[in-house]
Amino acid sequence: MRRRAALVAAVLLAVAPAALAAEPVPVGAVEILSGPNAAYGIAIKAGLDLALDAVNAKGVLGGRPIALTVEDSGGTKDGAINAARKLIGRDKVVALIGPTLSNEMFAVGPVTNARGVPTIGTSTTAQGITDIGPFIFRTSLPESDVLPVTLKKAIARGAKTIALLYANDDAFSKSGFDTMQAAARAAGLRIVATESFGSKDTDFSAQLTKIKSLNPDAIGISALVEPISGVMLQARQLGLGKETLFIGGNGANSPKLGQIAGAAADGMLVGSPWFVAKPDRLNQDFVTAFRAKYGKEPDQFAAQAYDAMLILAEAIDRAGVAEPAKIRDALLATDHTGPMGPFHFTDHRDPSSTEGVVVLEMHGGAFRIAD
Amino acid sequence: MLAQQLANGVLLGATYALFALGFTLMFGVLRVINLVYGFYFTAGAFFSLWLAQAGWPLIAALPAAAVGAGVVAVALDWLLLTRLRRAHADELASLMVTLGAVLALYAAATAWLGPDIRRLPPDLVGGGAVDAIGVRVTFAQLLILAACGALVGLLVLLVRGTTLGLAIRAMAEKPDAAALMGIDTARLAALVSFISGSLAGAGGVLIGLNFNAIHPYMGEQMMLRGFVVVIVGGLGDIFGALLAGLLLGVVEVLTAGYLASGLKEAVGFAILVLVLWTRPAGLFGRADARRA
Repeated sequence: MRRRAALVAAVLLAVAPAALAAEPVPVGAVEILSGPNAAYGIAIKAGLDLALDAVNAKGVLGGRPIALTVEDSGGTKDGAINAARKLIGRDKVVALIGPTLSNEMFAVGPVTNARGVPTIGTSTTAQGITDIGPFIFRTSLPESDVLPVTLKKAIARGAKTIALLYANDDAFSKSGFDTMQAAARAAGLRIVATESFGSKDTDFSAQLTKIKSLNPDAIGISALVEPISGVMLQARQLGLGKETLFIGGNGANSPKLGQIAGAAADGMLVGSPWFVAKPDRLNQDFVTAFRAKYGKEPDQFAAQAYDAMLILAEAIDRAGVAEPAKIRDALLATDHTGPMGPFHFTDHRDPSSTEGVVVLEMHGGAFRIAD
Repeated sequence: MLAQQLANGVLLGATYALFALGFTLMFGVLRVINLVYGFYFTAGAFFSLWLAQAGWPLIAALPAAAVGAGVVAVALDWLLLTRLRRAHADELASLMVTLGAVLALYAAATAWLGPDIRRLPPDLVGGGAVDAIGVRVTFAQLLILAACGALVGLLVLLVRGTTLGLAIRAMAEKPDAAALMGIDTARLAALVSFISGSLAGAGGVLIGLNFNAIHPYMGEQMMLRGFVVVIVGGLGDIFGALLAGLLLGVVEVLTAGYLASGLKEAVGFAILVLVLWTRPAGLFGRADARRA
C-alpha cells in the first residue's frame, strides 16, 4: 500500500513539470452547428480542426497544445452571446474565433470586446464589423473588396457600360447592390439602367427586355442564388447571349447556380475570396489534407477558418504568453500565407489585401477560374 | 421593345389566368374560397417533375400530373370542406379552414422535400424559340398560351353546353334546390373539386416549365396574384379571370418596363383596390351574378 502511494507520488512529481509546460492554451469558437444554417458552422469547424492538427503537431509557446472548444450558437444572437459568455467565463479562453454570421457578430462583438478577448470573424462580411471595437478582427473579405476585382476582369474583357439588377426586398441583396453600384462608378463603368425585382419573383422578362434594349456590355446582378438563376434562365430565353457579360454578386458564389440554371449561367463572372482549384501549393496541400481527413471537398468557409486558426496560433506564439491583450497586439503584426493567399491585417483589423481573390466563370454548370 | 414587352405581359398574364381558372370555378360553384388551391398547383408541378425524372415525355406527364392533382383536390376538399358544406357555413369559414390547412401543407411539403428550387429537365420541351417582328417567344411560353386558350374554351363548353354543366350551374345558383331536383350535389362537388384541382395541377406543370422554379411554396407565391385575378375578373367568372389575368400581366410588365420595376406590385394591387372601390362585383362581373 505504502509502496503504491510512493509510486503514485513519484509519477506525479515526474509528470508535473512536463504537464505545466504542456498546459493547453484555451481557445474558443462560436459557430452554428445546428439549425438551417448549420452547414456554414460545420464547414468552419472542419477547417478549424484541420488547422489545429497542424498547430498541435508542434504546439505553441514552446510545445503547449491549443485546446479548442467549439460552442454552438444555433444561428441566433442569444445563442451566440451565451456561447461566448460560457467560453470566456468557464473555459477562460484567451481568444475567440467566430461567430458565423455578421448578425451574430454584432451581438457578440461588444461583449467580447468589453472583456478584452480578441475575436476573429472568419465568415462575417457585413460593413462595420471591425467598428465594434479594438479587439474585433476579421479574416473574411467584405464584398466591397471582392467586387472591384470582378469588375476589373469585366473591364479587361472590354466592358464599358453596365446595367444593374437587384432584389429590393432583401437586406443582403440591397447591400450587395449598393456595393456593386459604388464599385462600378469607381471603376469608370457607365451605369445605363438600374432595375429591381422581388426575391420571390419568377418573372423578370420586363426588366430584362428593357435592359436588352439598352444593349449594355455587362449586367451585374445582386440577389440570392435562386433569383439569380431565374434571371439567367430567362435572359437566355429572351435571347441575351454570350455578347453580354453577366456579373454575379456574393449570392452567385454557390454551386446551386449551376444546379438550377445549368448551361444558362455559363459565362457569368463571380468573385470569390477562395477557390478549391486554385493551383498554388499551399492551397492544394490544404485541399488534399482536407479530403484525407473528411473525405469531401472543402468549401470557402472551411478554407477561411483554416487560415484563421493558423493566424491565431502564430499570433499566440509571437505574443510569448497566453494573454488576450498581448495576443491582440500580436495579431496586428500578422504576416501569414495560407490557402487563401497572403494575409495581413489593416490597422482597422480588416484583411488588407485582395491578392487572394479569384474571379470565377461558370462553364458547363460549374465554376472554373476565369482567364 | 414595346412589342416584346406586350408579349411579355400577355405571356405573364396567361400564367396568371391559367392559375386562376380552377380557383374561380371552385368559388363560383362550390362557394368556397379555397386557399388549398395553391397546394394543388404545387402538387401538379411535383408530380410532373417526378414523372419527367422517371423518363415520361411531357405529353404523358402533363395529363397524369393534372389527374394526380385532381385526386389530391378531391381528397383534401372532402376532408376539409364536407362538414362546412353540411353546416351551410359562409365563405369566411372556408377561408379560415383552408388558410390553416394550406400553411400546414406547405410546411409539411417543405419538411419532406426541402426548400430547394428544382427544374423540369430542360429538354422536356424543345429549348427553341420563335423570333418574329422583334418578338421572341419560347416554345414553353407558346404552350402556356395554347393551353390557356384551350382550357378556357373547354371549360366554357362544359359549363354552358352540357347537361353536366347545367347541373353545375344549378348547384352554383341554389345548392338546396338543385339537390331537391335530384342532382347528387355531393358527387357534383367532388367532380368540380377534381376539375378545379386538375386545372391547378396543369397550371403548375406549365408554369413550372416556363419559370424553371419548382418548390413547395410555388403555389403560395401565385396565390396572391391569383386572388387579384379572380376578384378583378369577378368571382366565378371564367372569361373574367382570363381577361383580368391578361390585364394584370400587361400592367405589371409595362409598369416595370416603362415606369420603375420596383412599382410593379404596387400598381398591380392598386388595381385590385380600385376595382373593388368602383365595381365590387369585379371588373367584368354583374352584381350578384353567378356565372359559373
